[in-house]
Amino acid sequence: MRAWLRHHAHSLGATVRRLARTPFAFALNALVIGVTLALPLGAWVLVVNMERLAGHLGADPQLSVFLATDAARADGARVEAALKSAQGVRSYRFVPKDEALAEMKRAQGLAELAGSLGSNPLPDAFIVALVPGDAPAAERLAAELRALPKVAHVQLDAAWIKRLEAMLRLGGVAAGLLAGLLALGLVAVTFNTVRLQILTQRDEIEVSKLIGATDAYVRRPFFYQGTLIGLVGGLAALALVAGSVGVLNGEVGRLAATYGSDFRLQLPGLGDLAAVLTFSSVLGWCGAWLSVSRHLSVIEPD
Amino acid sequence: MRATSPLRCSTEDPALASPAIAFSHVSKRYPEGFEALRDASFVVDAGDFACVTGHSGAGKTTALKLVPVVERPTAGSVVVNGQNVGALRRGAIPFLRRNLGLVFQDQKLLHDRSVIENVMLPLVVCGSAPADAARRARAALDKVGLAGREKSLPIALSGGEQQRLCIARAVANRPSIVLADEPTSNLDPDAAAEVMAIFKAFHQVGVTVVVATHDAALVERFATRVIHLSHGRVTDAPQEAAGA
Repeated sequence: MRAWLRHHAHSLGATVRRLARTPFAFALNALVIGVTLALPLGAWVLVVNMERLAGHLGADPQLSVFLATDAARADGARVEAALKSAQGVRSYRFVPKDEALAEMKRAQGLAELAGSLGSNPLPDAFIVALVPGDAPAAERLAAELRALPKVAHVQLDAAWIKRLEAMLRLGGVAAGLLAGLLALGLVAVTFNTVRLQILTQRDEIEVSKLIGATDAYVRRPFFYQGTLIGLVGGLAALALVAGSVGVLNGEVGRLAATYGSDFRLQLPGLGDLAAVLTFSSVLGWCGAWLSVSRHLSVIEPD
Repeated sequence: MRATSPLRCSTEDPALASPAIAFSHVSKRYPEGFEALRDASFVVDAGDFACVTGHSGAGKTTALKLVPVVERPTAGSVVVNGQNVGALRRGAIPFLRRNLGLVFQDQKLLHDRSVIENVMLPLVVCGSAPADAARRARAALDKVGLAGREKSLPIALSGGEQQRLCIARAVANRPSIVLADEPTSNLDPDAAAEVMAIFKAFHQVGVTVVVATHDAALVERFATRVIHLSHGRVTDAPQEAAGA
């Protein structure tokens, strides 16, 4: 076990020293991989931030029931009773007209408009959160509520949310496909880099095999090389995306301010960043594995 | 010619002895059709200083390549320390090679590594701790007269010194058998004698040494056993070989 650990330590040290001897070539390789990974990673960061923005806006399907301005308390109770007995209602909230006006005054971009009103034109309303994924039930409930007396308007808000969600799903799938395609590119870059390294070290490989090196011993430094290239490439991708987010956030902040929002693009959490680095390292290892499997077995001492 | 009395060639059955190396009816035909060895049988006992002699193309190098399984026999068996190496699976070959010291005509040194790093290589491969590997490598270099040259690159050494470095690498792991393929062919007579004297020193402490050479004088001076090959066959004419 100690010998095995020693072999790993030796292989890792030798690989780091070898890469350090050619820092420019190593940096270029890492940069190529970084740019390759930065594209899907950047797209993913955008999709995640759009989902966050959609979450701020309320992503669940919602029904708004506006009562007539002359509706009595009993009319409201009738609507409430209908909501209590309806299927597909997750929760509901009664919003009196005064509270609605106060909310409007706090809402993004509407404060000035609300302040300019002489009297409160808003009706009492019920805001109903629906169980997602059952559009027909939502439509039936809307029709049922519309039929009640003193119900002025029923608005089903799910449609645009559905479109937004569909677009975000599309964006997520597109980012995933892009990541898959570019992951193949990363594997190809690592494959070729390791192939060149194997050719460079052909003599050393032959001698090592002649003096008793196992296949695992000979392969190990190349696995470390591929993994390190993937890891550093992943770090480069994160740096590129973080830099881009930093640059974009200036403009995003100015745009959000016009809506009275402090929205900013955010990088993924530490867990997600660690997953990106693991993914890039595994891809580097895969490229090295393919290269080693293909090229190392044909090098035998003669 | 001295020390040819223990010579045993194909007349003996290798299976009856407990030799370090036993070839039994070994043939080796290369893919392109050249038959390098033909029904060759001989033994090298533990502790022998054996010289494999013969003209160019006689099969000396092929015979030596069969021992560490660089090549496999087409027919017959090659037994090393009781193990039929021709039948070894691929994964077991490195462990066989760790008990063999190999010295090559072209040395196969790593020229981007220092002298001591070259000698440490087999020790590191076997899992020695770096400090222990360095200590044993220095001891091996001392034995071949290269103490003080640890940090030099092989290119800075003379031909004789490079060959001695190759020997130091071969013996660093304390193998029971040292195989050397034409180790003196590129050396002047003095350097060649120095190299053979080093082999002799290892032989005197119990290491089995097998040297392929066509230098009759060296064979006569150092060998305790001579195996003469001619056109791939073991022959009973070592004197002719020595004179060739």
